[in-house]
Amino acid sequence: MANTTTIEPSGPRPQRRFAPSRIILYSILFVAAVYYLIPLYVMVVTSLKGMPEIRMGNIFAPPVEITFEPWVKAWSQACTGLYCEGIRVGFWNSVKITIPGIIVSIAVASVNGYALANWRFKGSEFFFTVLLFGAFIPYQVMLYPLVIILRELHMFSTLPGIVLVHTIFGMPILTLLFRNYFASLPEELFKAARVDGAGFWQIFFRIMLPMSLPIFVVGMIIQTTGIWNDFLFGVIFAGQQNYPMTVQLNNIVNAVQGVKEYNVNMAATLLTGLVPLIVYFVSGPLFVRGIAAGAVKG
Amino acid sequence: MATVARRPFALFKNLNAKIAAIPMMLTAVVIFIGCTAWTVIYSFTDSRLLPSENFVGLAQYDRLFGTTRWNVAIINLLIYGSLSLIFSFVIGFLLATLLDQKIRFENTFRTIFLYPFALSFIVTGLVWQWILDPGLGLPKFLGELGLPGGDFALLGNKHTVIYALVLAGLWQGTGLVMVLMLAGLRGIDSEIWKAAKVDGIPAWRTYIFIVIPMMRGVFVTTLVIVASGIVRVYDLVVAMTQGGPGFASEVPAKYVYDLMFQRGNIAQGLAASTVMLVTVFIIIVPWALMEFRQKRK
Repeated sequence: MANTTTIEPSGPRPQRRFAPSRIILYSILFVAAVYYLIPLYVMVVTSLKGMPEIRMGNIFAPPVEITFEPWVKAWSQACTGLYCEGIRVGFWNSVKITIPGIIVSIAVASVNGYALANWRFKGSEFFFTVLLFGAFIPYQVMLYPLVIILRELHMFSTLPGIVLVHTIFGMPILTLLFRNYFASLPEELFKAARVDGAGFWQIFFRIMLPMSLPIFVVGMIIQTTGIWNDFLFGVIFAGQQNYPMTVQLNNIVNAVQGVKEYNVNMAATLLTGLVPLIVYFVSGPLFVRGIAAGAVKG
Repeated sequence: MATVARRPFALFKNLNAKIAAIPMMLTAVVIFIGCTAWTVIYSFTDSRLLPSENFVGLAQYDRLFGTTRWNVAIINLLIYGSLSLIFSFVIGFLLATLLDQKIRFENTFRTIFLYPFALSFIVTGLVWQWILDPGLGLPKFLGELGLPGGDFALLGNKHTVIYALVLAGLWQGTGLVMVLMLAGLRGIDSEIWKAAKVDGIPAWRTYIFIVIPMMRGVFVTTLVIVASGIVRVYDLVVAMTQGGPGFASEVPAKYVYDLMFQRGNIAQGLAASTVMLVTVFIIIVPWALMEFRQKRK
């Protein structure tokens, strides 16, 4: 966009500020943006209203009287069928599942990716190919035998059990990410370390790890949102006392008995979406890069 | 490297790497191959509450395709899948090309289009359930304005409920398609645009005849990602409709779960999930062939 106004006209013709095509362009983008923002707006607005106002007014109207009571109730009193302890139980369960889940899956996958990138052995590519294909197998196909395996290991309905499941199903995408990243680092580094007599773990901890902060961050973003948003594995493998937030939210909202308290439900929904949303907004471009890196590369 | 003279036993060569790769090998072999094989094999048995080794041939598949609920699930998946694919590709590509016009606030727009992807299907389903609620949401709002659609219960009608799921699914997922397409568009050499301009080819023709064919790789990857997500769709249905009204919004993934874990009819669930597996393989094989072809070139 050379905006130089030399004597001879050169470069592309400068866009007029309000060219009709630009107006159309921005209008379309604006309408699309409204469509994507409406649900978030409805959630926020409704969660700040009292029940009478919800029944009387429309969902798009801003609250006349702002109240934070629905948030308090959603957090500590909302009922999930039998218990009325709020969404906070699920929140802490999700924390207890997500943090070890991230640590274990990234630790395992980074070492795997490193072995695949720098220490190839006979058959390593075969296992890796199987792993990648496995990523596309519907989870439903592996659920029941996995239940049997976990039961035999006495890990069914336990926290370590659900962490193991997340580690397993996070393995393909994470291993792929780490393998590609380590493979992109200059080979001379690795060779020099070998010549100096460093072994497998020494090279990993002293040379590779310090250089791979970006990919660890991307992996963490993927896993945080992935594990936090999981529902299916939580329902099956976590056990009732460990139900993650998504499961409890669904139980609260879709509970059959009682009056539907839309404001409380929306506050609970927002609370559940808060963690991945914060991760997304804070990590911004990294999140996009993580998705693109995990997806555009085969 | 140091001890070249004595050749180590092959199995112990690179031993640390092999030990480090054990989790990956176990996952690949035990879970992805082993569990899948188990499911396929036991789908030929008469397992009910517990797995049994009494093989009954194709009886489970016979019964499966004789079940109305399953056939509804399949048809729903076809409707949901084809509409989601078409619209997410069209909308995603359009948004990506619009964002690629050197516009202001590109980051803001991209953030707005993509943020739903950070939310779970449970959250997505619940939000849209409320927005579409006839007594409270958009239909009521339209009705009060005197517009048509006031009494339109999209979720309560067994003929329209699946379209409501498409709407919510698109809201959640088009941002991802847009990001992938944008990455693809940015990867195209700007010389191509200049050359097309010199030749006086209008922009839309450049897109259709030059840019899109060049983005084949991105399209295929996106197709695989979106399609494998479609086959798995489960949470969204649970949160939004619980499969209802009746079983009008049943999908295969939910059918499998219900039969295996609620109804104690394991073999039916296994047969249904094997059908899902075959479906996915039909989707993946073209991709795999294409990857292979690209590498050979």
